[in-house]
Amino acid sequence: MTAALRFDPIRLPPECEQLRKEVRAFLAEEIAAGTFSPFKPNREDTDVPEFSRKVGAKGWLGMTWPKKYGGQERSFLERYVVTEEMRVANAPTRRFFVADRQSGPVLLKYAPEHIKMEILPRICRGEICFAIGMSEPNSGSDLFAAKTRATKTDGGYLINGTKIWTSSAHIADYMIAIFRTSPPAKENRRHGLTQFLVRMKQPGIQVNPIGQITGQYEFNEVVFTDFFVPEDHVLGEVDGAWKQATSELAYERSGPERFLETYYVLTELVRAVGPNPDTRSAEGIGRLVAQLHTMRRMSVSVAGMLQAGKEPVVEASIVKDIGTVWEQQLPHRVRDLAAFVEETATNRETLERQLDFAIKTAPKLTIQGGTTEVLRGIIARGLGLR
Amino acid sequence: MAESDNIVVEIAEKIFADLADPQTINNDKKNSWQAPLWQALSEAGLPLSWVPDDLGGSGASLADGFALLNAAGRFAVAVPLAETMLAGWLLAQANIASPEGEMTVLPASPKDRITIDADGLLSGRARGVPFAKAAKRFAVLAHGKDSVSIALVDASKGRIESGLNVGYDHSDTVTLDKVQAVTIKAAPKGVDQTTLMLMGGVARSLQIAGALESMLGISVRYSNERVAFEKKISKFQAVQHNLARLAGESAAALAAATSAADAIANATSFNDEVYLEAASAKIRCAEAAEKGGGIAHQVHGAIGFTIEHILHRYSLRALAWRDDFGSESYWAVELGKLVARRGADELWPLVASR
Ligand SMILES: Cc1cc2nc3c(=O)[nH]c(=O)nc-3n(C[C@H](O)[C@H](O)[C@H](O)COP(=O)(O)OP(=O)(O)OC[C@H]3O[C@@H](n4cnc5c(N)ncnc54)[C@H](O)[C@@H]3O)c2cc1C
Repeated sequence: MTAALRFDPIRLPPECEQLRKEVRAFLAEEIAAGTFSPFKPNREDTDVPEFSRKVGAKGWLGMTWPKKYGGQERSFLERYVVTEEMRVANAPTRRFFVADRQSGPVLLKYAPEHIKMEILPRICRGEICFAIGMSEPNSGSDLFAAKTRATKTDGGYLINGTKIWTSSAHIADYMIAIFRTSPPAKENRRHGLTQFLVRMKQPGIQVNPIGQITGQYEFNEVVFTDFFVPEDHVLGEVDGAWKQATSELAYERSGPERFLETYYVLTELVRAVGPNPDTRSAEGIGRLVAQLHTMRRMSVSVAGMLQAGKEPVVEASIVKDIGTVWEQQLPHRVRDLAAFVEETATNRETLERQLDFAIKTAPKLTIQGGTTEVLRGIIARGLGLR
Repeated sequence: MAESDNIVVEIAEKIFADLADPQTINNDKKNSWQAPLWQALSEAGLPLSWVPDDLGGSGASLADGFALLNAAGRFAVAVPLAETMLAGWLLAQANIASPEGEMTVLPASPKDRITIDADGLLSGRARGVPFAKAAKRFAVLAHGKDSVSIALVDASKGRIESGLNVGYDHSDTVTLDKVQAVTIKAAPKGVDQTTLMLMGGVARSLQIAGALESMLGISVRYSNERVAFEKKISKFQAVQHNLARLAGESAAALAAATSAADAIANATSFNDEVYLEAASAKIRCAEAAEKGGGIAHQVHGAIGFTIEHILHRYSLRALAWRDDFGSESYWAVELGKLVARRGADELWPLVASR
C-alpha cells in the first residue's frame, strides 16, 4: 500500500492577513506611481532595480532567514503571501526572485560564514540579482550529463565550458552553478559535480543573449574561458552537488509562482463577461476558479509542511505538475470563453493583448524548473515504482 | 491507507476492516454483509455522529464526521451512512431529535423542491435520492411561501420509484403528496436548500477522495505484481506517468475535500468563502473521479473491467457520487455566477481569503 499523500488544510494565521494588506497597499501605491502596470503581462525583460530595493526596504526579501544576515525570521507562510500578491499583481520580481527563493537558501546552507555575511544582507536589500547555472547544451533533464569543468588550480578552480538557458544571466551579479570536478563514478553517475558561487561581470565570462518566442530576452548562453573561482566559493561538498541540487529544487517547485504565471487572463475574462455571464461563460469560469482554488490550497499546504521542517519532495512535485499543466492550459481555456465576450466589453483589447502574450508564454511553463516528465518520474519514485 | 488520527475514524476503520472488506462484499451476491455492518455502525453511534447527545445522537464534531466520511470512501462503503449522517445533521439544525435507523435527505438535487402548504403538508418530487428505498425516515427541507422548514417524515408516506445509479446503489425518485410530517420546525436563519446541497456536496467530495486514495493504492499494487514483456508493468515509464497523474488527482481531490470540510467545520455561516470551498470541492473531486478513475482502469487492463474485481466498487461509485447534491457542471455555473457578480477585482481576494 502506498503512503497516503496528505495535504492538510493549513489556514494562514492572522499575521499573514495583516501582511497581505500591507503588500496590497504597497503594490497599489507602486501601480499608482507608474512603476509597473498590473494590466500588462509581466514583461520579464523589464528589469526594475528601484522596485527591488523598495521591496527589500519593506523587509520582504529573505523573510525567513536569520536576522544576522539581514533576514526577518518570519514564517514560510508569510513569505508565501508576499509571493502570491506580487505574482497576482504582475509585479516586476525578476531581479530578486531567484535569489530570494533559491540562491539565498543555498548560500545559507552551504556558504562559508564570511560569504554569507557579505552577500545575504545585499539580497535582503534587493541590491543583487542571481542566476542559476544548471543546464548545458547537452544536459537539461539529465543534469548529471553536465560537462563544464572546474579544474583545481592555486587557490581555487579554473572553469571552462558553457551553460545555457540561464535566465537573467545578463543582469545577474552572481550565479550558483554546478561544474564537473571529477568524472562520474562507475557505481554512481551522479558523482563528480560540485556547486560553486560565481561572481559574474568578471573576465573569462561571456554572456550571450538568446531570444524567446514571446519576443523577450530572458535566456542566455554563458561561456566560461579559464574563469577563476576562489576556493572559498565552493558550496558544500566537492563532487557531491547531486545531493544538494535535489533539495534546492524542492524550493523551486510548489510555490504560487507555479500556477499563477498566466493568471492575469482569468481576471481579465471575468472583467470582460461582466456581472451577468451567460451559462457557458459562468461554467467555464467556475471550473477554472475551482481548479485554481484547489491548487492554491495544496500549495499553501506545502508551505505549511516547509514551515514544519518537512521535505515534501513528492507533494511539491505534484503541485508543480498539476499547477504548470493548469497555467499552461489557462490561456487556451480563456480564449475559448473570450470568443463569446461582447464586442462592447471595455477591456476587450486588453484581454486580447494579454491572451496573445499568455499563449506565447504557455509552452515554457511545463519545461522550466524540471519538465512534466521528470516531475512524474519523481512522483513515481515516491509511489515506490522505481 | 491513511493513518487515522482521531478516535471516530479509528472505530470506523476497525468496523470497515472487519465487516466491509471490499473483496468479501464483492463476492457476496446476496448482500448478507449489509445488516451486520449497519448494526455495528449503529452500535458505535456513527450514523448519528452529527446529532448532539440530547437529540439522540453521539455528538461528534463536524470535523470528525467529515473524517469518518473520508474513511467510508476509502472502503467504498455502500450503506446509507453518509445519508443518515446528513439527515441527522439537517434535523439537528431545527432541533429535531433523530430516531434510530436508516435515513436519507430530500431533496438531493438543487433543482428539486419540496414545498409546504398552509396546512403544513409537504409536497414535491425529489429525484436521485440516495438510499431512499432503504431509509425508514426522511429528513426534508421544505419551502413555504417565505419560509424554510425542516421536517422528519416517515418513509412509508412517500411514493418511491426505485432506480440505481452508475455505481449500482439505490438512487430513487421520491414523491410526497400532501404528506404529514412526524415533526416539522422552522429552519434557522442561514440554513436553506443551498446550505444542504453544499453540505451534501462536501460529504460526497470526501467519499470520492477516499475512493481515489484506494484506487491509487490498488493500482500501484497491481502494477507491481502484473508482469508483461518480462517486466513488472510498474517499470514502464508510460505506466509510471499514468500513476503519477492518478496520484495527482487523488491528492487534489483529498486537498479540495478536506479544505472544504475544514472551512465548514470552522465557519459561523455559509458565506462566500465557504461557498467557494464547498463548490470547488465538488467540482474538483468530480473531475478527479473522471480522470483518476479512468487511469486506475487503464492500469488494471481487462481484469479491472470484470465484476469479480473490486476496482469498480470504487471507480463507479466515485463517478456516481458526482451526481448527488448538484453535479460539477451545476456548481461550476453557480460558482462562475458568484465570481462574476463579485467582479474581477474581487476574484483574487476571494481565492486568497484563507
Ligand atoms: C523559461 C525557461 C527558463 C529556464 N531557466 C533556466 C535557468 O535559469 N537555469 C538553468 O540552468 N536552466 C534553465 N532552464 C532550462 C530547463 O531547466 C531545461 O530546459 C529543462 O531542464 C529541460 O531540459 P532540456 O531543455 O535540455 O530538454 P531535454 O532534457 O532535452 O528534454 C526534451 C524532452 O524530453 C523529455 N525527456 C528527457 N529525458 C527524459 C526522460 N528520462 N524520461 C522522459 N522524458 C524525458 C523531456 O521531459 C522533454 O519533454 C530554463 C528553461 C526554460 C524553458
